[in-house]
Amino acid sequence: MTVYAKGVVFEGVDFDNPNHWRLEEYVKRGGYAALKKILNEKITQDEIIAEMKTSALRGRGGAGFPTGLKWSFMPRNFPGQKYLVCNTDEGEPGTFKDLDIIVSNPHALIEGMIIGGYAMGITVGYNYIHGEVFEAYERFEEALEEARAAGFLGDNILGTDFCFQLHAHHGYGAYICGEETALLESLEGKKGQPRFKPPFPASYGLYGKPTTINNTETFASVPYIIREGGQKFLELGKPNNGGTKLFSVSGHVNRPGNYEIPLGTPFSELLEMCGGMRGGKKLKAVIPGGSSAPVLPADIMMQCTMDYDSIAKAGSMLGSGAVIVMDETVCMVSALERLSYFYHEESCGQCTPCREGTGWLYRIVHRIAHGEGRPEDLDLLASIGDNIAGRTICALGDAAVFPVRGMLKHFRSEFEYMIEHKTRQFAALS
Amino acid sequence: MLSQESLALIDRELAKYPADQRRSAIMGALRIAQTEKRYLTNELIEFVASYVRIPPVAAYEVATFYNMYDRKPVGKYKLTVCTNLPCALSGGYTTADYLKQKLGIGFGETTADGRFTLAEGECMGACGYAPVMLVNNHSMCNHMTPDAIDKKLAELE
Repeated sequence: MTVYAKGVVFEGVDFDNPNHWRLEEYVKRGGYAALKKILNEKITQDEIIAEMKTSALRGRGGAGFPTGLKWSFMPRNFPGQKYLVCNTDEGEPGTFKDLDIIVSNPHALIEGMIIGGYAMGITVGYNYIHGEVFEAYERFEEALEEARAAGFLGDNILGTDFCFQLHAHHGYGAYICGEETALLESLEGKKGQPRFKPPFPASYGLYGKPTTINNTETFASVPYIIREGGQKFLELGKPNNGGTKLFSVSGHVNRPGNYEIPLGTPFSELLEMCGGMRGGKKLKAVIPGGSSAPVLPADIMMQCTMDYDSIAKAGSMLGSGAVIVMDETVCMVSALERLSYFYHEESCGQCTPCREGTGWLYRIVHRIAHGEGRPEDLDLLASIGDNIAGRTICALGDAAVFPVRGMLKHFRSEFEYMIEHKTRQFAALS
Repeated sequence: MLSQESLALIDRELAKYPADQRRSAIMGALRIAQTEKRYLTNELIEFVASYVRIPPVAAYEVATFYNMYDRKPVGKYKLTVCTNLPCALSGGYTTADYLKQKLGIGFGETTADGRFTLAEGECMGACGYAPVMLVNNHSMCNHMTPDAIDKKLAELE
């Protein structure tokens, strides 16, 4: 897989060196300098949070919430234990950037979390890692050991009175645990079923204590911001969309992989970096932000730049930055059938509209895809969608509906054709 | 019921969490138990629960919620193939069909000699390496074209 690193997370990483992920190599490329700077120059918590706000770093997990603002919500003088949690439960179809971070640059994440702990007065952190990537979990555990042995983690970090403990928690197969409150339940050793919000994790999080949760890439961007300044980070991207961002490109391109590029880069340039379309075929559609993001047809996508605002304006979302590229041969009914199956399979079962509704969505798309669709089915899909979206505790219900709406908006004729002719226009996925 | 090595690994999990939050270690403890015994019987789940000092039902609900825990016998090698959209765009179904034909079993089935179990998986977060396959839950195999499958199966004989 290609990793095209022109951004802050993979800055200076020599992927050809088998030891590139180790602490020694990380320090050589400027690692832990940000932490040392904070401790040596006694930079205050307020100064760090101000720097984070200047950077306009927005959460890289999907929601795009401003990180500095989130950090400022944390009650500073809370008398009891507080927690810092990293969400590496990367299961959104199309997304595989956090995997590369914990495998290839785990210390950037570790340093980012230590700095987060310092800025919010937190002494204990957990990194929740996706179940299916056990080897990456083991790699991260090894990186933690290195950081402890070097005095960057644990009690009295670098001889100061600042203490921060960090542990890895391994998931075991549940997409829903990427939702932050489901993740907290899972971290407590329970079923990963989301909690009602409010209260938000900043007041009632892990074990009922104030907790801040950020995505892996978000934390891994922090050392750069502290070392180089928030303004420099901001200028790498565009206003309100600071910095570089990792895009996981999959599907019909010549070189799938992670591409770390400035926010605001035109999609057409990203496609070129990926070596263009596989087999020289024509681009049909792109899911620009992970499977939950509404699909966009080629002509709209080619006008977009890769940032939160541009993709939102086009009617979709940047989400986690997972770009699923589909060529002219793809049957959209078949593509939606597979995605709808996924959401049905992964619904945690807590809320009736999602538990039952995702099954309805899947069964109807399935019957259309198998030549048994009925003329009223497209209206029925829309109506079921309206009865799921916004009516559930967490966003999985919405995530199941967005792909359906996107497909019906832009590729309705393919569905109508199948219902009418009982046969598809394009070959099924193989 | 579990080896000293496994119990030591569970102790390491327990040490990660506050002393009054032992329940947090149940996911890791069940994983460790399954790795040793290949799948989780009710007796094994109860044993792990008592070791972690939580009610058996609390362990059972974790074992039934997360889909990588196996509660039925599985073959020596459990092969989980991702067929989600990004993998499917790069031949995920071809991989799955090839495995079905080669092993003579469908998803959720085990070969008669008890060697292989085939499972359909959901996104493993490695779409850049599509199509991907997981061996015994922990070992990720990338770019699993039919040729690569032949090679892998020969290794697992």
